[in-house]
Amino acid sequence: MLTEDRIRRYVIELMRAAAIHLPEEVKTSLRRAYELEDDPLARRMLAAILENVELAGGRRRPICQDTGVVMFSVRAGERFPMLGRLPEILRAAVVEATRMIPLRPNAVDVITGRNSGDNTGDYIPWIDWEIVPEEDYAEITVMLKGGGSEAAGGVTVLTPSAGIEGASKFVLEVVKEAGPRACPPLIIGVGISGTTYTAICLAKKALLRGMGLRNPRPELASLEERLLNAVNMLGWGVHGVGGRTTALDLRIEASHRHPASLAVGVVSSCWAFRYSTMRIRGDNVEFLTHNFLNELEVD
Amino acid sequence: MEYRLRTPISEQEIRRLRVGDLVFMDGLVVTLRDAGHRRAIEYLRSGRRLPIDLAGLVLYHMGPVVRMSEGGWEIVAAGPTTSARLEAYEPELIEKTGVRLIVGKGGMGAKTAEACKRFGAAYAIYPGGAGALAAEAIEEVEMVEWLDLGIPEAMWVLRVRNFGPLMIMIDSTGRNFYEERRRIVEENMGRTAGFV
Repeated sequence: MLTEDRIRRYVIELMRAAAIHLPEEVKTSLRRAYELEDDPLARRMLAAILENVELAGGRRRPICQDTGVVMFSVRAGERFPMLGRLPEILRAAVVEATRMIPLRPNAVDVITGRNSGDNTGDYIPWIDWEIVPEEDYAEITVMLKGGGSEAAGGVTVLTPSAGIEGASKFVLEVVKEAGPRACPPLIIGVGISGTTYTAICLAKKALLRGMGLRNPRPELASLEERLLNAVNMLGWGVHGVGGRTTALDLRIEASHRHPASLAVGVVSSCWAFRYSTMRIRGDNVEFLTHNFLNELEVD
Repeated sequence: MEYRLRTPISEQEIRRLRVGDLVFMDGLVVTLRDAGHRRAIEYLRSGRRLPIDLAGLVLYHMGPVVRMSEGGWEIVAAGPTTSARLEAYEPELIEKTGVRLIVGKGGMGAKTAEACKRFGAAYAIYPGGAGALAAEAIEEVEMVEWLDLGIPEAMWVLRVRNFGPLMIMIDSTGRNFYEERRRIVEENMGRTAGFV
């Protein structure tokens, strides 16, 4: 079994990968947007984005200076031996990664305004848990969520008579209002549910689904396609300069709702959608989004 | 049009630029974010001199990722922050310092556009998130002041080479690209009805 110390070092490498190397599927999506674009200014912006992505990888520097809020999602098997130790391991990794990569210190006390300096603080790093029955592995995803992309987020509770059409309109309003501030092209997660809390949780879950993967339910998959098209019809385009692509992808997760309420949540990422996933099982660590790290040995 | 400019930028040079033009900069770029703007305005109102004269220079809305090495400060990532937060300070800063080009992301409002028109300045965006690319254009850190505000909020004076593409979003005629774009988006919003 891996020691705590080695898990921590692997988590640092996971964070480094997220900050420096955009996942291959996000890069592919950006390249496709560039190839499809015919607006000259939007093309110029996309070219700069792609150049930046290559340069960050080559120079091993963070893609964006806003290295974001550190958020983990852990899918842990009920028999994963380090289950109880993981929160401490993750926190220690964040402190060390902030200094080593380096990351920008982005954790600020809400009352005093003081920056903790190491990206940790009350409830930060944020950790979402999912327990997987019968299993003994842990799958850890880190997302570095930039501040600008929060402009394209929100939650509302509609009366059910507003229907899916009302829910869709809310998503469009959020993207329309955020405009260039959210650093489009965006990746948009939508949650449709019965309470504000469940809607926003589902929106984040939707955001972390892989690029281009559709909801298994055909009606929702179809809505994802139509809503993505509608977002792109708004015409903000890359960094708001116009053109075809305001969003690279849009995914929806839905739960059963309350009879009296239709809640809609939106959680978006800027184009610099930085996440990385690894799976720990026994002595073995497998990087799922950044395969090239599988050669890596930490001691 | 595409321009290569060097600081100090003259009023005539800045007044030639139009919305949609691309600019690449050589020379001195000074960074200020929220706390830096607040302090700069305090200084200007109380008649104190800023650590550097901003006349003819580029003001960049940016808080970097930095590394301290033996050779001094190294800027690791340097993309723009959201300019809208600085709208409250910018018109006064433009008026009192003679800064010529403001660079950020996401656009600025009517008061900044008015100040650009009156005093001969422009607002440009640098592609948001392109932090590694921006760092590549920085040749050296000339000086850093106000580090007590924290690394992102400090005033960084940077020597840049071929810093761009900067796309002009507010020009000295008072045109505001994003305001025009927002009206188009509002119209498009109507067209999406029934689409979903």
